[in-house]
Amino acid sequence: MRRAIVTGTATVSGVVLLLGLKPHSNTPLAAKSANNNFTITQSGALDGSQPSSAPSSSSASGSGSGSGTSGSSGSSSQPGSAAGSPASGVAPAGASKTVTGDAADTRYGPVQLAVTFSGKKITQIQVLEYPTETGRDQEINTYAIPQLNQEAMSAQSANIDGVSGATYTSEGYQQSLQSAIDKAGA
Amino acid sequence: MTLRHVEPVMGTVFSIVVEAGAGGDEIHKINEINEVEESRLGAGIATAVARLHTIDAKFSTYREDSAISRMARGESVERDPEVAEVLRRCAEVEADTDGAFTAYPAGRLDPSGWVKGWAIEEVDRLLRQAGSRNHLIVGGGDVQACGEPGLGRPWTVGIADPRQPDRYAALVSGRDFAVATSGTAERGAHIIDPATAEPATGFASVTLIGTRIARTDAYATAVFAMGPERGLQWAQERDGIEAYAVLPDGRTVETSGFARFLVG
Repeated sequence: MRRAIVTGTATVSGVVLLLGLKPHSNTPLAAKSANNNFTITQSGALDGSQPSSAPSSSSASGSGSGSGTSGSSGSSSQPGSAAGSPASGVAPAGASKTVTGDAADTRYGPVQLAVTFSGKKITQIQVLEYPTETGRDQEINTYAIPQLNQEAMSAQSANIDGVSGATYTSEGYQQSLQSAIDKAGA
Repeated sequence: MTLRHVEPVMGTVFSIVVEAGAGGDEIHKINEINEVEESRLGAGIATAVARLHTIDAKFSTYREDSAISRMARGESVERDPEVAEVLRRCAEVEADTDGAFTAYPAGRLDPSGWVKGWAIEEVDRLLRQAGSRNHLIVGGGDVQACGEPGLGRPWTVGIADPRQPDRYAALVSGRDFAVATSGTAERGAHIIDPATAEPATGFASVTLIGTRIARTDAYATAVFAMGPERGLQWAQERDGIEAYAVLPDGRTVETSGFARFLVG
């Protein structure tokens, strides 16, 4: 379980590193990116029962497992699978449904999300499409989309009230998320 | 009862959480009073959100027609007391930080390093004015907390891990406090060190905790530009400021008083 998380993270770091080496490249990475759907899942049983697992104070930064967002983001080759869900044994009690948000047009390109609900609670957000035109987009999205997911998920967490350090946010992400929530009637 | 609002504005997203009737010495209230309070706080949120858009229209460096953009192009602009106030605050922070913070980061007028935090403080002020005593405002990763979310329970804020963006590097908690993080993670090396005119790269990220977010955020930008050695020393010596840094190799460093904010 722990190992899976580390692997997922290492993969995303690898992607970041690759992009970091070619920050201004216009090389089309779309084919590769198609597999890089960022996914964050959250246990349906989070409320109350999951320890907040705060990182110990002086440990290396890598050890902090954020409460609330228990999944790993990453370049999962099976988008939408349970790869990012270490707590996958716990099925939400209510019926689970996945709603695809509208593709939001941004000046950088379209952004589209699929949101999974258990009742009114968001349990997973997948990014189906995001701009990959330029190296800069790649760079931003590699970081920003997991951050946005984290923000959206932690907003529901009983343990975390806000996040410091997530600066870049995409209007497209918000729009698509909102449309999925509207469609779900959540 | 919790009121939440998320608003895309100023090129980022602001989120506002207001806890009505929680915390402090509030006693049990009857339902009718709660409804009145709820609508008053809801109106306060609406006022605050409108204020954010007004600030953006005046101070955005991305809008060609903002006062700041026109001033940066050297056009003559009618004197605006609010702009003058912002520039005065920027000058104060510049003096406090020996020039590590400036309203001219790339040689061109850009007071954004003060404006975002100040905008958050404006939301805080308007919510208080509407009667809120317990709220949390997050604007593009900078946080101002007021009061507490529940009786005897402090606000908890996650510090994003710059090296693993889906993780938290640390969790901090407090009541009336501000948290600001400067880093390279999401926007690359974007903070220019005025001393060298080069992007600062000594930190992966640095988080400052203070009482008011505008100053805390501007100081975080300055500490980032100073780099770990000088920046953390500066923060250590500054009353009312604590710092937590993640270095590019993953090591973390903190000022001596930071631990009292740490959760766990």
